[in-house]
Amino acid sequence: MNSSPETNTEVLLARNLSTVFPGPDGILRVLNKLTFRIREGEFLAVLGPSGCGKSTLLRLMAGLLRPTSGEILYRGLPIREPLPDTGIVFQKANLMPWRTVWENIFLPLEVAGITPQESKERVRQMIELVGLEGFENTLPRDLSGGMAQRVAIARALINNASLLLLDEPFGSLDALTREQMEFELLRIWQAHRITAVLVTHSISEAILLADRILVLTPRPAQIQLDLEVNLPRPRQQNLRYTPEFAYLASQLHTAILERI
Amino acid sequence: MDLTFPGKVARKSLRRLRRQEIVVIPLSILLFVFLWEMIHRFSGLPAFILPGPQQVWLRFWGAVLDGSLLRHTWVTLAEVLIGLFLGALIASALGYLLAKSPTIERWLSPYIVASQAIPIVAIAPLLVIWLPTGLYSKILICALIVFFPILINTLIGLRSVPDDLRDLMRSLRANRWQTFRLLEVPAALPVLFGGLRIGAALAVIGAVVGEFVGADRGLGFLINVGRGQFDTSLVFVAVFSLIFMALALYGVVILLELRFLRWQKRNDQTDLLVEKR
Repeated sequence: MNSSPETNTEVLLARNLSTVFPGPDGILRVLNKLTFRIREGEFLAVLGPSGCGKSTLLRLMAGLLRPTSGEILYRGLPIREPLPDTGIVFQKANLMPWRTVWENIFLPLEVAGITPQESKERVRQMIELVGLEGFENTLPRDLSGGMAQRVAIARALINNASLLLLDEPFGSLDALTREQMEFELLRIWQAHRITAVLVTHSISEAILLADRILVLTPRPAQIQLDLEVNLPRPRQQNLRYTPEFAYLASQLHTAILERI
Repeated sequence: MDLTFPGKVARKSLRRLRRQEIVVIPLSILLFVFLWEMIHRFSGLPAFILPGPQQVWLRFWGAVLDGSLLRHTWVTLAEVLIGLFLGALIASALGYLLAKSPTIERWLSPYIVASQAIPIVAIAPLLVIWLPTGLYSKILICALIVFFPILINTLIGLRSVPDDLRDLMRSLRANRWQTFRLLEVPAALPVLFGGLRIGAALAVIGAVVGEFVGADRGLGFLINVGRGQFDTSLVFVAVFSLIFMALALYGVVILLELRFLRWQKRNDQTDLLVEKR
């Protein structure tokens, strides 16, 4: 499969996007006039230091927050509320502890008014996709961090989402599980080829997964660097040890350190 | 729904009680009765001051056989259950309203807090005067006494719903009813059950207070009768029945918790007083 996005259709457009929160002393400027676009089928990583407003940006895309000024458009229409074809994976798996794996994945369908009987096949497919066969009736308390995040990914995709938003999904996992989950995500994304936005502060995670990386400055965040990742897909584990990878990583590293 | 619930869960919870406790609890009861018998025998107190275990046991069977104990227990139990139910229902509904609307909370919270400053024993006579004779005043006292803990626990429970899960429901475009049913109720349930446990014990106290003030039936009334007739054994019988009732109610709440909060992590040892989380 080719590495470049299949089309150049623009899915998401942000223009002069600014967000201001009431802060302890007056106002807290979080995002400062961001302008960027995301193409159909693109995997975009948003990279930046902690607390720079990456998550705020994601919440704007999710329709959970409205911009203070500027606009953010999804397929030409302003995002005012959560859209039906957006799936979100949160920082922590954010599962309902009283629901089993099956019931957690079924939740979006239940909210959409689909009965469990009608959902059986769809849920089964998702469980198979994320590799959780046999854990259908397990409660979140008995899942490892990585497994819980698999459930969260399945839950985000079950609505046939065409925009997947990931908010530092693997931040709380240990290093080895994290690597494993990054490849899981890569595999799942390659099977679905939907537009994905990943917020992360891990340089290697961004390079490994993304077609393009936006580097944000510290608050108030602006776009410091918009970097294409021209590495071939499907990407393999040993990509980390290639000179191309190292070159990109050092570029990103310099860009981030410059502003701290 | 698990239709086999009471038996299954009871068995499970029994298994959770350590074997040690199964031995210790009867032993401690036995020791208590023994000490009581010793005090009764060697203190020389007359039976109308301190009856012995044997006399109370006989009085108990007497009251059971003439049907009076069951009749009075039934009355008190009805007051407690109806009062607990109504109090819990109104308190949790109002708690939901207060959690949802800061404006309502600001207007009502002074009254709610002040209502807690009124000793229920002090206003019980008023309620008995104002309400028609029968169970009404006792039910109201029960409802009032369970109201506050359940209201507060509803409020705390709803506030403890994680913001991330609220965001999740919003992102799924869930409506208010779906958010209530699928998120708020299950998330608030553990804390709500905590309020219900306290409420169950308090409701029994409420019923007895009401019956003391003015009643012609119920276990509180039975205590008054026993005292008036120097039938101290009867007082003991009524007191033990009340203790048993409160324990049974508490046990029912714990069984409900085990059924509805199965998803919670529990230690294999269930402590009688406080759940170890």
